[in-house]
Amino acid sequence: MESSVPPTERARFAVAGARANVAAALGSQPRADVTRNNLFAGLLFVSILIALAGLVALLAQAFIDGAPALSTKLITEPPSTIDTANAGFRPALIGSVVMIAFVIGMIVPLGVGAAIYLEEYADSTRWWNRVIELNIQNLAAVPSIIYGILGLGLIVRGPLDLGFILFAGAMTLALLVLPIVIIAAREAIRAVPPSIREGSLALGATQWQTIRRQVLPAAIPGVATGVILAVSRALGETAPLLLVGATVFVTADPMPFDGNYSALPVQIFQYATRPQADFQTLAAAGIILMLVVLIAMNSVAIWLRNRYEQKW
Amino acid sequence: MMEATSIGASGGGRPSLESPGSRRGEKAIKGLLALCGLLSVVTTTAIVVALIGPTISFFGEVSFGEFFSTGWFPTFNPPTFGVFDIVVGTLNVTLWGMVFAIPIGLGAAIYLAEYASPRVRKVVKPILEILAGIPTVAIGFFAVSFLLPIIQDVWPGGFLGGADKPFLAIAAGLGIGLMIVPIIASISEDAMSAVPQGLREGAYAMGATKAKVATRVVFPAALSGIVASIVLGISRAVGETMIVVLAAGSTPNATLNPVESIQAITSFIAVTATGDISQGSITYEAVFAAGTVLFLMTLAMNVISIRLVRRYREVYE
Repeated sequence: MESSVPPTERARFAVAGARANVAAALGSQPRADVTRNNLFAGLLFVSILIALAGLVALLAQAFIDGAPALSTKLITEPPSTIDTANAGFRPALIGSVVMIAFVIGMIVPLGVGAAIYLEEYADSTRWWNRVIELNIQNLAAVPSIIYGILGLGLIVRGPLDLGFILFAGAMTLALLVLPIVIIAAREAIRAVPPSIREGSLALGATQWQTIRRQVLPAAIPGVATGVILAVSRALGETAPLLLVGATVFVTADPMPFDGNYSALPVQIFQYATRPQADFQTLAAAGIILMLVVLIAMNSVAIWLRNRYEQKW
Repeated sequence: MMEATSIGASGGGRPSLESPGSRRGEKAIKGLLALCGLLSVVTTTAIVVALIGPTISFFGEVSFGEFFSTGWFPTFNPPTFGVFDIVVGTLNVTLWGMVFAIPIGLGAAIYLAEYASPRVRKVVKPILEILAGIPTVAIGFFAVSFLLPIIQDVWPGGFLGGADKPFLAIAAGLGIGLMIVPIIASISEDAMSAVPQGLREGAYAMGATKAKVATRVVFPAALSGIVASIVLGISRAVGETMIVVLAAGSTPNATLNPVESIQAITSFIAVTATGDISQGSITYEAVFAAGTVLFLMTLAMNVISIRLVRRYREVYE
């Protein structure tokens, strides 16, 4: 121990000393440059403020417009065009919840399965695996209404011919959000260090045993976060559902495989397109309802990420 | 591996040390998982199949010459299908959306990557994530009930024909811009953060200010990622439905004028397919033909953006 100052501290002193010397020798930066720098930083900060102001205005407007209609009737009452004071979102809300349940049932096995294949089995130098990868990236950016066309052409009509039922809407949404789950699950699986796998394989476990008992448990928080993000996307999606039947003004509770159905964002859209003030208020109240659900879900995702994230 | 096998062999009586991959069931599991992966290819194929059939029968009745011209009146008698009306409508809202989103998004990205303290970053990034997670129907409602009246009020008199129409392309454009900002900001910030610290330090050592480092060193070095974020943003804007349906109106109109009511490709699809149109009618097929145009436009942009992102990843990571 020659010095009580830790080496990094010493390096910092040395740099500071050198900087002071250089500044003394060369003078400080030209005044114009400094002004320009401050101006630039100010402009950048303003652009962040504008984006934040947009978000704040959006939330404030929904709350102010929707406040008069905020009551439990939003959840318990069906929509109505006559009795707007007692109109709500009940069938649409049930429709959304049932649809989300189906969506989760479909995307978890399919998404995690695809992610395991791509991360653990696929040889990424093979062209077909690269095609799958490129495909998933592209699918994540295909406009949602195109999925609506897919649903209309092949699920509602065409080969599957399910008709305009809730399950058809759920299938369409599942296909739409599947890439999100796959991408998130792949990242979670990739974050599990190879040494975990090697240890398991060295003890004689098969590849599948290694994945099931070592890799997947370690990747669960990441996968769950991805699933929640996917579900919150599915919950807010409107456009594809317009094409696969969630459009009729539904006042009765929906059935999964039979009859008309609606979804929360679609019901909001229907209220929003009516010019009368009562419906605008209902639309805003519906948006509050939807945002509260979404923020709750996202908070769970963030909590999961922070609580169970493993640092290896 | 070789050594382990030979020790196992000399020891005798040990369980088989053959490669674990060959155990029963392992192959079946791999096949099953591969099928899950293949589903994505099936989905893309299904999209193409769903689009192509009705599109072909559409072009059996409507000539290419008519399709690639102006005048989109599918419900008139006789109907005309000049797709330029709705394509330009889409470009209109996209243009005004990007005019808003590119400077704001890039400004936010540069601030977060180069200026912000870790504490500010910790607050601002989740807020941008919240913005990215707002459903577009909510943004559309915001555009039509908040932005639209403000624009109608503050728009100078008869400038560009005046903003007195019930729906305005620029209201939808600003809504779309708000939706795109987090996309541009987060991808560009990733790209700029991936620029090696050494490049910055080199510039600082030469006496450059932060602004010069950001604009002349980091920005050019991250350009492929920044362009990728913008291309992806355009692709999202082109494919956005709810905001344009709610705020831009449904008047086919081949103009880039921000204070006109227009119809975008997506809003045509949404509005038309929502009604009870009979399968096989020319209007039904027009929905798929418009969908094909939309799919090809976004596909081209997605491929470009994926390529660009891959490039900056290859260079710096």
